[in-house]
Amino acid sequence: MSVGIIMLVHTAFERAEQVALHWARGGCPLVIHVDSAVPQANFNDFRERLKAVPGVLFSRRYRCEWGTWGLVAASQAASELMLKTFGDVRHVYLASGSCLPLRPVEELTGYLAERPRTDFIESATTADVPWTVGGLDHERFTLRFPFSWRRNRLLFDRFVEVQRRIGYKRHIPKGITPHMGSQWWCLTRQTLSAILEDPERPAYDAYFKQVWIPDESYFQTLARQYATQIESRSLTLSKFDFQGKPHIFYDDHLQLLRRSDCFVARKIWPHADRLYDAFLTDPNRAMSRQEPNPGKIDRIFAKAVDRRTRGRPGLYMQSRFPNTGWENGVTAEKYSVFQGFTELFVDFESWLSRATGAQVQGHLFAPERAEFTGGQPLINGALSDNPKLRDANPKGFLTNLIWNTRGERQCFQYGPRDNPDILPHISRDPNAQISVISGAWAVPLFKSNANFADIRAQAAKLQKIESRMLDTLRSPEVKARIRIWSMAEFIESPMEPLQVIIDEIGQTAQRRLAEAPRLENLVGFGQFLQNLKNQGMHPYLMGDFPVDPAPRNTRGGARKPYLVKK
Amino acid sequence: MGAWQSYRLRLQRRRWRIRAFRKRHDLRPVANRTDQIRSSDLLLFSTQRNEGIRLPYFLQYYRDMGVNHFFFVDNDSDDGSLDWLARQSDVSVWTTRASYKRSRFGMDWMNWLLMKYGHDHWCLTVDPDELFLYPFSDTRPLRALTDWLDASSIKSFSAMLLDMYPKGRIDQHPYSAGQDPLEVASWFDAGNYTITKNPLFGNLWIQGGPRARMFFAETPRLAPALNKIPLVRWDRRYAYVSSTHNLLPRGLNQVYDEWGGEKASGVLLHTKFLASFTTKAAEELDRRQHYGASREYIAYAEGVRENPDLWCKWSEKYINWRQLEILGLMSKGNWA
Repeated sequence: MSVGIIMLVHTAFERAEQVALHWARGGCPLVIHVDSAVPQANFNDFRERLKAVPGVLFSRRYRCEWGTWGLVAASQAASELMLKTFGDVRHVYLASGSCLPLRPVEELTGYLAERPRTDFIESATTADVPWTVGGLDHERFTLRFPFSWRRNRLLFDRFVEVQRRIGYKRHIPKGITPHMGSQWWCLTRQTLSAILEDPERPAYDAYFKQVWIPDESYFQTLARQYATQIESRSLTLSKFDFQGKPHIFYDDHLQLLRRSDCFVARKIWPHADRLYDAFLTDPNRAMSRQEPNPGKIDRIFAKAVDRRTRGRPGLYMQSRFPNTGWENGVTAEKYSVFQGFTELFVDFESWLSRATGAQVQGHLFAPERAEFTGGQPLINGALSDNPKLRDANPKGFLTNLIWNTRGERQCFQYGPRDNPDILPHISRDPNAQISVISGAWAVPLFKSNANFADIRAQAAKLQKIESRMLDTLRSPEVKARIRIWSMAEFIESPMEPLQVIIDEIGQTAQRRLAEAPRLENLVGFGQFLQNLKNQGMHPYLMGDFPVDPAPRNTRGGARKPYLVKK
Repeated sequence: MGAWQSYRLRLQRRRWRIRAFRKRHDLRPVANRTDQIRSSDLLLFSTQRNEGIRLPYFLQYYRDMGVNHFFFVDNDSDDGSLDWLARQSDVSVWTTRASYKRSRFGMDWMNWLLMKYGHDHWCLTVDPDELFLYPFSDTRPLRALTDWLDASSIKSFSAMLLDMYPKGRIDQHPYSAGQDPLEVASWFDAGNYTITKNPLFGNLWIQGGPRARMFFAETPRLAPALNKIPLVRWDRRYAYVSSTHNLLPRGLNQVYDEWGGEKASGVLLHTKFLASFTTKAAEELDRRQHYGASREYIAYAEGVRENPDLWCKWSEKYINWRQLEILGLMSKGNWA
């Protein structure tokens, strides 16, 4: 008893010849089908070179265009020839010219001899397969496809559309349930001959001739009629990308293929010399007797598909530039934005960095320069603090910064003095946590030594800008985590909101804050606001401060912060 | 993109092609070995002027990659590089004394040679200081990539220009012919590139890197473009528009994914900043033959005088393509 190999070849004849010789040396009879599109001279040459090899036959040639009936017709003709000529063949293995046997032929024959009645054919009902590309799953059995998908895509699509519109549905022959699966199967003589000799075959063939990609459904459907024991998997390792095109194996996949323990892999790049050398001419490979285990290869190719369809979040580069809304993450990682905190607290930045372990930047979008942590002129990725470079593309600056510092939580300060163009981008970024103490910009003005007229003008300007910023942060498109307090509200009980913010950053283990940032001395701030009011400028963003020269909270000079333990 | 715009781009493409056709008279063949070219060959096109010191390594690098035939336009070299090129068995070389500027910085010549010899071939158009790098370039030859691109029906492949520089003053490390320039200029900026879209041609416009940081910090809009599409399955109807930054028809510029995914892309390691750069910059400034009123070279001449150390503590040292992939400068896409 032996295994017969059917080989469909249309290109890379030298490799096909090499593989054919390998099968033949292993004692497997071969039937080779060569695509009729191959010039006669090439075909003759190929046949000539295999003439001397016993047990190699060539079957009638069909035109094998992808997705058409030709592939099934070729497999049928080759199977008939195989079953007729080689009486002791028990399993027939369908392979292609770019398939490569990974394990010695005896292992395959041994494996199949132990499972004499098992058909290995991936076969699932259309409702259960996720891999159909282009949206045609069940419809491939109920519509007609007279136009080539490869050559006449437009007509193909239009014709499908028309049939859908008018509600056209083909009749599926009685008694069969459409199944689909990998076109590379291994069937027993019993099953295969039952399919080929079925009295209903002309009807089935007529039906499947009009099915889309019949080579993935003809044998897969009909095997269900006759097989006694179906193993719904292919013995051929074959992976498909997001367009339904097979992934190709190269020399650097050698170790991966070795460890997969699969019997046959496709498809192999014809110039992958190392693979062909390793698997076809390695005489003393240990018999592994393992079940095929393509798990690792699955992961690598699944990752490739994921990279091609979803990409790396927050990355903008030459071959990934997502449209707005399609970024799969506007930025690479979570980060926090603080507005009004450095103004209100004396040592907020160093405190925050101690409390969270995060990297705390200053005002990244300040008009003078990007205030990187520690006053550096450049930061990760050689990102410059030059304001002109930054403002030429503020979004690019931010996404670069977050991408470059992956793995290190970023916090930075923001305010009404800073470049406002970045805010809409931050506010619709789910990775951003924005905390705003509104009106805190008044504190530096309050402490400054400028003329009051200038202060008044500055205050009016900053208030206007911040009010617009708050509008942006309250717009319905916002996706960031946003917290806004008025200054009066915040200094009422500063520890509670600080604790919430720190917990949310969640760098260090959850514990209560041991140390609070030091509040600026606000004695006279209420009066300062009142003076502004008296000058006709109405400060409202900071909330209500009593005019009382010494507000309650700051009475007695620098107040020592205390913590309420729950 | 309306029909009108499309029509105008079509006219523009025709203009570049006619221009290239006229400029063919500039070129005088010195060694024409194009009869050796077979239909499946991978071709490389380049313009050079006095790059003799770089050429030995350049040719070796691309030969090892699997390029089968080289096309050079020599722009009036006087360092013997023309003769050297003419002696190479896989090189066809033309020479010209015509103006580099008036041939649109060599692009008319390139377009002509591509039109004449590149049709239906995979063509790589690079400068002598650009080393092409693609995913798996250490284990798979260029043909593996082009075969995969063919199978995926992709016609053009992006490779961003990555400026490489030495640590220390540029003129401090000597470079000798045949040496790997990356041994000298082995540092680069990893993450300061910004991108905008060119709405007319549909290509991305990438700026950044050490040149933007050092020479164009005050005028960022004028910083050199780093986006390049050097590898194209050429058709005689195609034309490069502005260097290899973009080409027509505009569909070829769609080398990036807009729906969140990553397409496969490579990098052109730009080894411009070797010891010879300071003299070259002075010479090129003198000739005034470069893009944008030689603005770039004016900036260099000033920058080079002041502080020629491009290196900073955040510079990355080049290791291999996988490093660049992880940094997000290039991508494997769905090639695995």
